[in-house]
Amino acid sequence: MSESEKDTNENEEKIPVMQQLLDNPFLLLFLGVTIPTVFYLIWGIMEIVTIPIAK
Amino acid sequence: MATNEQYRICQSTGLRVYKSAENLIKANAVVAVVFLAIGGLFGLMVALTRWKAVHLLPADWFYLVLTAHGINVLIVWIIFFEMAVLYFASAVLLGCRLATPRWAWAGFVLMLIGAIMTNVAVLQGDSSVMFTSYVPLKAAPSFYLGIILFAVGALVGCFVFFGTLVLAKQERTYEGSVPLVTFGATVAAIIAVFTIASGAIILIPTFLWSFGYISHIDTLMYRTIWWGLGHSSQQINVAAHISIWYLISAVVLGAKPLSEKVSRGAFLLYILFLQLASAHHLLVDPGISSEWKVFNTSYAIYLAVLGSMIHGLTVPGQIEAAQRKKGFNNGLFEWLRKAPWGNPAFSGMFISLILFGFLGGISGVVMGVEQINLIIHNTIYVPGHFHATVVAGTTLAFMAVTYLLVPLIFQRELVLPGWAKVQPYVFGIGVAGISLFMMGAGTLGVPRRHWDISQADAILPYDFPGAANLMMGLNGLSALLAGVGGIMFVVVVVGSILFGKKIESSSEVAKTDPAAEVATKYGSEEHPSVPGTLVLVAVFFISFVLYYYVNWKYLAEIWPLR
Repeated sequence: MSESEKDTNENEEKIPVMQQLLDNPFLLLFLGVTIPTVFYLIWGIMEIVTIPIAK
Repeated sequence: MATNEQYRICQSTGLRVYKSAENLIKANAVVAVVFLAIGGLFGLMVALTRWKAVHLLPADWFYLVLTAHGINVLIVWIIFFEMAVLYFASAVLLGCRLATPRWAWAGFVLMLIGAIMTNVAVLQGDSSVMFTSYVPLKAAPSFYLGIILFAVGALVGCFVFFGTLVLAKQERTYEGSVPLVTFGATVAAIIAVFTIASGAIILIPTFLWSFGYISHIDTLMYRTIWWGLGHSSQQINVAAHISIWYLISAVVLGAKPLSEKVSRGAFLLYILFLQLASAHHLLVDPGISSEWKVFNTSYAIYLAVLGSMIHGLTVPGQIEAAQRKKGFNNGLFEWLRKAPWGNPAFSGMFISLILFGFLGGISGVVMGVEQINLIIHNTIYVPGHFHATVVAGTTLAFMAVTYLLVPLIFQRELVLPGWAKVQPYVFGIGVAGISLFMMGAGTLGVPRRHWDISQADAILPYDFPGAANLMMGLNGLSALLAGVGGIMFVVVVVGSILFGKKIESSSEVAKTDPAAEVATKYGSEEHPSVPGTLVLVAVFFISFVLYYYVNWKYLAEIWPLR
């Protein structure tokens, strides 16, 4: 196998990280549920439960 | 895995359509259109009541009908149709059988039972709690149970979609990455999972509270978690209807994405940030910090807005690139002038794109700014905004794609083609009017969800300026026009399904139509030139900036700094 063929094969095998992310629906599902859960729901709920109770 | 499941080859597009997917797409789409007709009728009654000169309904009926309108169009019509879109984008575009069709049918039945149960509860008159069902307003237990069953059914549908993606990959029905339209549908399904989970977190305790098993539900807690359902459900629509824009421009014009990477990157921004927009609804609520409000509605959501603006460039851009390849190269806009405006799928899609961007998009970002939001919070400006996004954007896009689904899935030719040709324009002009006039009236302070604009029975009456009454009248007229457009759509679609000329199909391999093939493959346009689109984008940005600063000026006039 010549040097140039080797290079070509290596290039074909490399899948960029972003493409790996975008091709994995379950990883995307994890991100799409976790991020709003943390920033919107959990953060929001924490703020509400720390409101002092009126006496 | 081998399968004996029957499929057919569509003779016009060459797409492989499995029987199980076809039946589920048909069932979901038909039920969706039925609920659109019901919900649209309720909406017309709301608009005619808010028109001072007509004032159609008494107060108790107004709130009942407003509740039924919200539930049927914001949830039932749209999510049933989205199930059809998910099954189409997975099984049909990937040429694969549907994973676990029995579960998909179970989900469909749950959704149908839930929708009927909630409608019955509302029509019985003791659940006029409106779409938001804010506690301590209490509806009948069957109202909440219906929504919960509907949501569980939709969740089952989402997982059937994910299962079909896995199946298609295992059976190698596609190579490389899934097509862009399928990717967009995946984004819609992901947002749907968060949406439904939020709904379950708050509606299950509320259901128990309605029985008396739970004594108290905190109103702020309810509002915060409920909007994870209420607003995110509308973000499912955004991802779904943008996928449909890509689908229609591919199928009608053979338009390839300008850049797969850029469009997918824009969809990724939706996955990461779009659902945080739910916080818009809590901008004036005490008890939640400005940090939470500003992060969720400004810093993070602007990244999702960036995603929308990318789609706003790439969808017309890919249409322009495809048209220029066909030789429409004269000047900046020959590609647009000579676009297939007589094809209702194309015209509906393009009107949806323009109205969603200019009316829904700009108003949404402006009202999401914490300070400016104070001018219009809880005014009828808010329904003006979401009629631009959900009706002009989503509903019109769904109508447009239905004109493709009738021949492809129902295998019927369209009846009344003249009606079909003008329907997107009639509906689009009507909805644009609804949106603009409600936003105008809201800017003048007209509240949303109020039965009587004249406030005749109020202890402290208030007279709105004459312009506000005029705008509410024009809103009523626009609703009538949109109603005509809606009726035309239902007549054409139902008439075509029942009486349209049958289109023959075959189980033989047909040559795939190059235009339709674009929708099923990964690949970008090579060396596109889109000067006309760049001019349109410049017009959009100028409008955006002007409107943004006009609102700051307006705010400054309300509270002068001296």
